Amino acid sequence: MADAQAINGNLTALMRLLRGGTPGGLSGLGSLLLGLVVVCSVAVPDFASAGTLQSIMFQMPELGLLSLAMMVPLVSGGLNLAIIATANQAALLMAWLMKSMLVPGAPGGEVALVILAAMAVGLVLCIAWGILTGAIVAYTGVHPILVTLGTKSLIDGISIYLTRGTVISGLPEQYSAAGNAVVLGIPVPFMVLVVAAVLVGLLLRRTGFGVATFMVGSNIEATRYSAIDTRRVLVGVYLASSVLCFVAAALMLARFNSASADYAQSYLLVTILAAVLGGVDPFGGFGKVAGLMLSLTVLQVLASGSNLLGFSDYLKLAVWGFVLIGVMTAQTIRARLRR
Amino acid sequence: MREGAMSLSLLTRLQESHEAWLLGVILVMCALLGAVAPGFLTVGNFVDLLETYSVQGILALGLFVVLVSGGIDISFMATASVAQYLAAFLAARWHWPGILCIPIGLATGIALGCINATLIHFVRVTSIIATIATMSVFFALLMYATGGKLIADIPDWWSDRIVFAQWESADGDLVRINLPIVALAVAALLTWLMMTRSNAGRQIYAMGGNPESARRIGIRIGQLHYLVYGFLGFMAAAGGLLQAHRVGEAVPNALYGTELAVLSAAVLGGASLSGGSGSVPGVLCGIVLLAILQNGLNLMGVSPYFFQIVIGLVILIATSVMVLSSRRRRAPRARGEAEAPAGG
Repeated sequence: MADAQAINGNLTALMRLLRGGTPGGLSGLGSLLLGLVVVCSVAVPDFASAGTLQSIMFQMPELGLLSLAMMVPLVSGGLNLAIIATANQAALLMAWLMKSMLVPGAPGGEVALVILAAMAVGLVLCIAWGILTGAIVAYTGVHPILVTLGTKSLIDGISIYLTRGTVISGLPEQYSAAGNAVVLGIPVPFMVLVVAAVLVGLLLRRTGFGVATFMVGSNIEATRYSAIDTRRVLVGVYLASSVLCFVAAALMLARFNSASADYAQSYLLVTILAAVLGGVDPFGGFGKVAGLMLSLTVLQVLASGSNLLGFSDYLKLAVWGFVLIGVMTAQTIRARLRR
Repeated sequence: MREGAMSLSLLTRLQESHEAWLLGVILVMCALLGAVAPGFLTVGNFVDLLETYSVQGILALGLFVVLVSGGIDISFMATASVAQYLAAFLAARWHWPGILCIPIGLATGIALGCINATLIHFVRVTSIIATIATMSVFFALLMYATGGKLIADIPDWWSDRIVFAQWESADGDLVRINLPIVALAVAALLTWLMMTRSNAGRQIYAMGGNPESARRIGIRIGQLHYLVYGFLGFMAAAGGLLQAHRVGEAVPNALYGTELAVLSAAVLGGASLSGGSGSVPGVLCGIVLLAILQNGLNLMGVSPYFFQIVIGLVILIATSVMVLSSRRRRAPRARGEAEAPAGG
């Protein structure tokens, strides 16, 4: 009986804590970031430099856009495990189109036209996958984990089947030049990330669709009874997620100068980690873009620090996993103390 | 009138039985593949197939228990790899006897499963997020500690084939029933006994169906969390040890990445992600169906790259059909209940 009461109390505490987000909210996350930067600057030689800042600005955008693509479904109470598969397939399609439609030495105008056409086709592909995923989630009622596991396997399978697992490289130079340009000391990909983050923030906070997304995430039945077409909202959620994948694909293509079906596969965990660390409720209904951006910066500072210390990629992954578990534990302990 | 109703209910029960549908699909596919690909409908091919899929079958049985409880676990392949590598390291490098190595491997699996249970029950992390985190921690630490190096010199007591029965089939092939098939049968029997013949099994179904009402009728949710995730850890470790027995080496990343196939087998077998449903025969049918699909595609000369597309389609179609048909089934029953008080 006492046990049951304890569990009940824990549940209430859990709900309260999930509304509160990470320990201390945004300010807590901000001070964590500040502390990390100070520790890294002292402990890691060469950390406090303009070069580190710029490399962080170069590395963050892809992960940031993919995390935004994960965040929108998370807020709606779902999950999109197919984001990386979608981005890779769009990148493959765009790379293949650019490569096969251009002969070396083509005039600049033609190159620009082909690049735009390829990007349009990639966008259409992402829109198609987004609508399909959203429609399956909305109209069958199958859990998004299963639906997106299915679409992930399907999309990856098609990419691998068509490319035989090979890498497509040899893009027009102009494309990667534009993607890696630095304007006023700020890399172009970072600007893209900032614009995308602001747009997603506006979409979620300032539009009817955004409000409906949060409501669906809190209680889908109550939302349906409030005369909101929840099915259309869900289709919109996965559509937005896929469009963000397209932007990530365009950036990845420019940075790697090639495309493959198994690029960035380890990011899948990290996007969820970033969202949860940033205060997005994994059960849906709560989350801020600003929190996500802060947590991304924390993760990137950790990664840059461990790179400079010479940690292996596997150790970095383990550190990230520990951070996720640590944050979750801290949230629970905080909730218990409050009671 | 009463008799008519009874035969009708039997008929609808057969129609509604997920396992019966699966078995029907398997038989139809066997007939089709048997006609298209000679060599498919032989005892030897079936035994080979079962043996190839024995490890995935054992893992699917463990995962099925977690799915019934309403949770999900992504980390079991990492658990299997850690348990397998640790036991192989003790056996090959420190020359410990099998009587020590095997229990240590299994205990490692249970311990890692209990870590998941602790995170899910006490830290209250959603199961998918907790196990994604532990998967990356387990696997990353394993790869870091081993440097990705395989252990090829597994001692003979481990890798020697153990034959339980052998006979010559009609077409002259030697058919052997080896340890993997027997292990799969034992695992299936154990899981079936636990889920249908023990209090714990009933409680796991109750917890998956509705955790809040399960808690209110006095079921100890915490203990069950440890039971289901510990059980999956145990099965994962057993699968990992068996995998090393089959291939004769321990490769840290051999199993990694096959979670999806196992999950789709369990889901095909009728385990729903929302918990509370599924059966051991269903899971076995799911594994057999996947095995037949892959084997049949191979025999027909379809590219192995194509298999991932098939898995994706199978998950999407199987889950959609299951959910949609259960919704259709529920609708008239709900109406009937609503009308009952008015009639009485």
